[in-house]
Amino acid sequence: MQETRIALRNIGKYDGKTLNDAIELGVFNALGMTIKHFSNVDIIESIIHSNLRGRGGAGFPTGLKLQYTASEDSDQKYVICNADEGEPGTFKDRQIMEQDPYLLLEGMAIAGFAIGADTGYIYIRGEYYKSIKRLQYAIDQATEAGFLGNEIFESDFNFHVELRVGAGSYLCGEELTLLESLEGKRGHPRIKPPFPAQKGLFQKPTLVNNVETLAHFPEIISRGSDWYQSLGNNGSSGTKIFNLSGDINKPGYYEFEFGISLRELIYEVGGGISNEKKLKAILLGGAAGTFVSEEQLDTPMDYDSLRHIGATLGSGAVIVLHEDRDLGDFLENILRFFKHESCGKCTPCRVGTTQLHSNMKKINKGSSDNTNLLDKMLKEANLMKATSLCPLGQSPIMPLSTAVKYFKKELLKA
Amino acid sequence: MNITDILNKYKPEKDQLLMILHEVQNTQIDHCIHQDDIIAIAKHLNLTKAQVFGVVNYYSMFHTKARGKYIITVCKSPVCHLKEADSIIKHLERSLGLKMGETTKNSNFTLEHAECLGRCDEAPVMSINQNFHGHLDTQKIDNILKKLK
Repeated sequence: MQETRIALRNIGKYDGKTLNDAIELGVFNALGMTIKHFSNVDIIESIIHSNLRGRGGAGFPTGLKLQYTASEDSDQKYVICNADEGEPGTFKDRQIMEQDPYLLLEGMAIAGFAIGADTGYIYIRGEYYKSIKRLQYAIDQATEAGFLGNEIFESDFNFHVELRVGAGSYLCGEELTLLESLEGKRGHPRIKPPFPAQKGLFQKPTLVNNVETLAHFPEIISRGSDWYQSLGNNGSSGTKIFNLSGDINKPGYYEFEFGISLRELIYEVGGGISNEKKLKAILLGGAAGTFVSEEQLDTPMDYDSLRHIGATLGSGAVIVLHEDRDLGDFLENILRFFKHESCGKCTPCRVGTTQLHSNMKKINKGSSDNTNLLDKMLKEANLMKATSLCPLGQSPIMPLSTAVKYFKKELLKA
Repeated sequence: MNITDILNKYKPEKDQLLMILHEVQNTQIDHCIHQDDIIAIAKHLNLTKAQVFGVVNYYSMFHTKARGKYIITVCKSPVCHLKEADSIIKHLERSLGLKMGETTKNSNFTLEHAECLGRCDEAPVMSINQNFHGHLDTQKIDNILKKLK
């Protein structure tokens, strides 16, 4: 199947370092157009009309975020690129940062122009050593060549980008926690409101966007929002990078228009289940994602179709499990992950993630009380969803309830 | 590079804290952050020692105990777990004669685990310092370790 590459459009076409090669491929054209021919309102309207939604997992309309941040009156605003890619099963942003860092910088500069910010930060996870090196090199090169810095394209638009490196906390990928971490503090989530658009970094209006989201900006400007909006399916416009991993013959990252079916993704794109096994389950969206079974294979991959079957697209992680995998053991690992990453600030999450993990362990060891334990876990995870401060504590219910929905018998037998 | 030289490279602003901690840890021979450095960093950024220590303590990439020359970090998140990261960890423990979290007596190797390293398409995965190794099996690990020992 033919990919439609927008965010990945230059991947493999240059070495990710040479600025002139990136320019040859058209990088920074859209920034030039933006500055010379458009007003910031034009850019915001174009992004709104494109129907672009956040590609980090939450799927919030990007244009609205731009509009909210632009409408705040402040002497200082910031653009933050969320490059803290930590959702298990997700490795798409890393490809853009390692192989086409200039496209990301261009997207950030366009966002800065739209909201009236002169400073951008890329908050990147500490384990992405190569991405960090590539981005720093690209920032230096682009600044030296005048695509970043002062008076870009001989205008009065200034935009500077700096890197900030995280240090191994999944939670810091959550945008309010990211702000705390970027300010040099422990990664504890903030209470919202206020939202970053009102009071973000250093209490100033801040736009926080995922790497993949920002990588769509240049093409939307170059080719127009009508074109972009016409791609996709069922109200989800454009393309999405899918991360295939687990028991699949061709794991990797692939960019398709919304609407490709899960079956096509797994069997045509991914080459089917490894070791000639049968499919058991797919975890969509990572640890904070949802399980689906073979019966959902014909679901189109778009926001609304997935929501309709109680599933989520999340970050675009597609983790495949073959027939011999122990789902209870896999779920225990996911719950262990949440326990490890809970920051401990709020009680429901701190206590809840620990209890969910220990109860899952008990179930997997096999107790006579498994049915009750599982009911207790569901009740608890629902309570966590209702009362936790941030998405971490609100998430365990997703993999848990969908595992129970499709694989209850197996979980109880374990 | 000593701590003063490192600190002089950074503006005395609080949002530089994580960057400073990374550089301090990476330039130490024992790959950890020492008490004296915490005091110096706190002074540079006009923070209390407790504030800096609180940050060091929160983030799993920062360490206050001495670590080895080669730090082997195994991913144990869902996809690597599925691809039998546990057996990779067991093999490493046996080969190096240590348990997860420990450092060899000669300070050559430290074995750690990490959450998702963002290389799920190459699972199971580990890093040795800043280099990644994917599609691991026991044979591949033996070859990698042989070169380092």
